[in-house]
Amino acid sequence: MAFFKKIFKIPGVALATLAMALLFAAAACGGSDSDAASATAVPSSGSSAGDTIKVGVLHSLSGTMAISETAVRDATLLAIEEINAAGGVLGKQLVPVVEDGASDWPTFAEKAQKLIQSDKVSVVFGGWTSASRKAMLPVFEGLNGLLFYPVQYEGLETSPNIFYTGATTNQQIVPAVEYLLEQGKTRFFLLGSDYVFPRTSNLIINAQLKAAGLEAVGEEYTPLGHVEYSTVINKITAANPDVVFSTLNGDSNVALFKQLKDAGISASDFPVISVSVAEEEIRGIGAENIVDHLVAWNYYQTTDTPQNEAFVAAYKAKYGNDRVTDDPIEAGYFGVYLWAAAAEKAKSTSVADVKAAAPGIQFNAPGGVVTINGANQHVSKTVRVGKVRSDGQIDEIWSSNGPVEPDPYLETYEWASQFHR
Amino acid sequence: MVSQVAKPMAADPREQIMRFAPAILLAIVLLAAPLVLSDFRTNLLGKILTFGILALSLDLIWGYAGMLSLGHSVFFGLGAYSFAMYLKLEASAGGLPDFMFWSGLKELPFFWVPFQHVWIALPMVVIIPGVLAGAIGYLVFRSRITGVYFALITQAFALIVSILFIGQQPYTGGTNGLTNLTSVFGHSIYNPSTQLALYFISVGVLIAAYLLCVGIVSSPFGRLLVAIRDDENRVRFSGYDPALIKTAVYCVSAALAGIGGALFAPQVGIVSPTMMGIVPSIEVAVWVAVGGRGTLIGAIIGAVIVNYAKTLLSESFPDIWTYFLGALFIGSVLLFPRGIIGLLRREGWRWPDWIKVARGRTATLGSITSGIWGGIK
Repeated sequence: MAFFKKIFKIPGVALATLAMALLFAAAACGGSDSDAASATAVPSSGSSAGDTIKVGVLHSLSGTMAISETAVRDATLLAIEEINAAGGVLGKQLVPVVEDGASDWPTFAEKAQKLIQSDKVSVVFGGWTSASRKAMLPVFEGLNGLLFYPVQYEGLETSPNIFYTGATTNQQIVPAVEYLLEQGKTRFFLLGSDYVFPRTSNLIINAQLKAAGLEAVGEEYTPLGHVEYSTVINKITAANPDVVFSTLNGDSNVALFKQLKDAGISASDFPVISVSVAEEEIRGIGAENIVDHLVAWNYYQTTDTPQNEAFVAAYKAKYGNDRVTDDPIEAGYFGVYLWAAAAEKAKSTSVADVKAAAPGIQFNAPGGVVTINGANQHVSKTVRVGKVRSDGQIDEIWSSNGPVEPDPYLETYEWASQFHR
Repeated sequence: MVSQVAKPMAADPREQIMRFAPAILLAIVLLAAPLVLSDFRTNLLGKILTFGILALSLDLIWGYAGMLSLGHSVFFGLGAYSFAMYLKLEASAGGLPDFMFWSGLKELPFFWVPFQHVWIALPMVVIIPGVLAGAIGYLVFRSRITGVYFALITQAFALIVSILFIGQQPYTGGTNGLTNLTSVFGHSIYNPSTQLALYFISVGVLIAAYLLCVGIVSSPFGRLLVAIRDDENRVRFSGYDPALIKTAVYCVSAALAGIGGALFAPQVGIVSPTMMGIVPSIEVAVWVAVGGRGTLIGAIIGAVIVNYAKTLLSESFPDIWTYFLGALFIGSVLLFPRGIIGLLRREGWRWPDWIKVARGRTATLGSITSGIWGGIK
C-alpha cells in the first residue's frame, strides 16, 4: 500500500490518466477518417453471400410486453417458414436471428445495433411500443438498416429506414371518430395511458372534435400498469358521455372493464371504444366483461377472406388451437411477405435496392389487399370498427370498404393543419 | 467484520503487486480490447464500463461505509438525463424537441434553456446528483437512519423519481425517455471513430474514478468511513459527526454515478426512465456482490462480467436467458459470498484452494438442500 500511496501523493495522477485517455480518444477521432468513410459505405448492405439470407426478429420475449410481442414474433416466424417452404427469396433460404428486446428501450437499441452490425441482417422485423420504435429509429438511420414495424401507432413520423405495416392515425383513430360522429355521438370522454401514443392520439381527436363544433367532456390519463379505476369511473359517469374513447394499454384494460362491469355500467349505457384491445387482450380481460363494447382495427380473426382462413388455420396448426390471431399479429405476418416481394423485384436484399423497389408492392394479406405507399413507407389498408362478441371474437360492424391510403401527418385533413409537416 | 483496508498493510512489495494485479490486468485488457473486438462489441463494452463506474460508486458507500443504497441508478439516470438534455437540443438543431411538440408544448421550458450550453450541461452531470444526494443524505443521516431503513428509503426514492419522470412527459419525454440523440459535439454517435473515442474516454474516466476511490478509502477519511460502518456510535463519541462524513461520501458517490450516466447517454443514444427504477438499482447491488463488496476493483469486474454475460446469454438463448442469469446470481452468492475478488484476496492465486472452497460450499449447500428437502417431505 505504501508503494501505492506514494504514487497517489503525486497530485493529479487521476487527471493525468484522464488526459492520456483523452489523447487516445483524440487520436481515434482524428486518425480514422478513412475508417469512417469505409464504414459508412459498407454496413448492412445485407449478407446475401452464400445461399442463405439473414433476417432479424426483435421483439420483447421477457418483461411486461412479452405477452403481446411473442405472438407477433410467432407470426413473423410462420411467414418466414412459409416463404422458405416456397423456395425462399431470390432462391435463398431465410435464416431468422431472434433477439429479445426485454421490454426495455435501451435494450432494443442495443439489439438492433447488434443485428445490423454483427449479424449483418438484411432486414429486421420487430418492435411494438412506440417507445421501442423511437429507441430503434436512430440506430436504423445511423447504420442504414431496414425495419418493418407491425403495430398501429400515433403517426407524425416517417423514417427512410422504417416501413410501417400497422395503421397510422388516419387508418384507425380518425375514421373511428368519424364513425362515432355519424352514429350521432357528441359527448366524447377521452381516457388513455400516460405516454406518447394516447397523448398524441387525444391531441388529434381534440382537433377533430373541434372541427365538428364539439369538445371532449373529459380527458384522463393513468400511468401504464394502473389498475384502480373507481375514481376514473366516477369522473366518467359524472361527465355523462355518449362514448368513452380509450387509448389504455396493457393490464389497465383488464381492470377498467372489470370495474366498469362491477359498477353496473354496460355497453348499453355508453360504449367504450378501444384502439389497443384486440382478440389477444380480450382473452385476458374476459369476454363477459367487455361484451358489446367497440374496437377499431384493420383486421379481426373473423375477417372473411380466403387468405385469412388459410392464415388462421396455419397459425393454429403451428402454435396450438387455443391461440387467436389479431391485428398486430397479421401485420407482423404480411410484413415479411411485403419485404420478400420487394427483394424479389429488386433482385437484391440491399437496403437501398429494396427501398427503391418497395413503392407499389402489393400483397393479398389476411385482412385484404395491402400496398406500400412510396411517399411515406406506410401501407394502405382497410379500416374496420368491430363489436366484441360473448365468445371473445369480434364482429365487424363498419368498414371503409377498401384500403385507405396512409397519411401519417394528416395532410389531407384541413382541421389537422397543426400537425402538417 | 474487519475490513481488508483496516488490516495493517504488508510491506512486502510482491504482495502489493498481487494486490493491485487485478486492477492493472484489467486496465491493460480494457486498453487493448478495441484491437480484437468488433466495433459493435467495443461500443457495448464502453456502455458496460459506464455501469462499472456506477458499481464503483455504490461499492464506495456500501463496501466501506456500510450504506446499501437501493436507489443508486437514480443518480446514474440524473447524470444521463443532464447530458442527454444537451444532446437532445443539439439533435433538435434549434427547434423544439419532438416529444415536447406532440405533448402540446409551444416553447422550451425554462429549466431546459441552460442545457443548450455544454459548459452548463457538463457540470450539471455532477452537480444535480451531488446536491440531491447531499440534501437527502443529510436529512436521513442526521435522523440516524441506518441499515435496512436507509436501503428502504433509497428504494422509495428510486420509485418516486422514475414515476415522476414517466408522468411529466412534456418535460422529460415520459416513458420513451430522451431518444434520437444522434450526435455528440457534431460527431455522429453511430460513427465507429466517435464510438471508439467515447470508449477510451470511458476507460480513462473509469481508471480515474478507481484511483479517486482508492485514494479516498486509503486516506484518514476512508478509515473513518470504515469505523462508521463497524461502530457508528463509537465514532460519534470520539467527537466526529458521522452524519456529515456519511453525507460527504454519499455526495461523492452520487456525483461519480452521474458521470457514469453522462457517458452512458451518448454511447447508447437513448436514456429512459426505466433505467432509474427499483430493479436496475438492485441490479447494481448484485454486480457489486458478484465482484466482491468492499474491494473497489471487484465492483468493476462484477459489473463487466454480469453485463457481458447478460448480453451473451440473451443473444444465445433469447427465450430463456433470464433463467441462466438467475442461476448465475444464486450460484455466485451461495458459492462465493465474498464475491470473485473477495475469494481471490482471501485464498490468493492458488487455484486448488479456490476449488477447495467451492467444494466446501457445495457440500454445505448439499446438506442445506437435503435438510430442506427432508423438511418438505
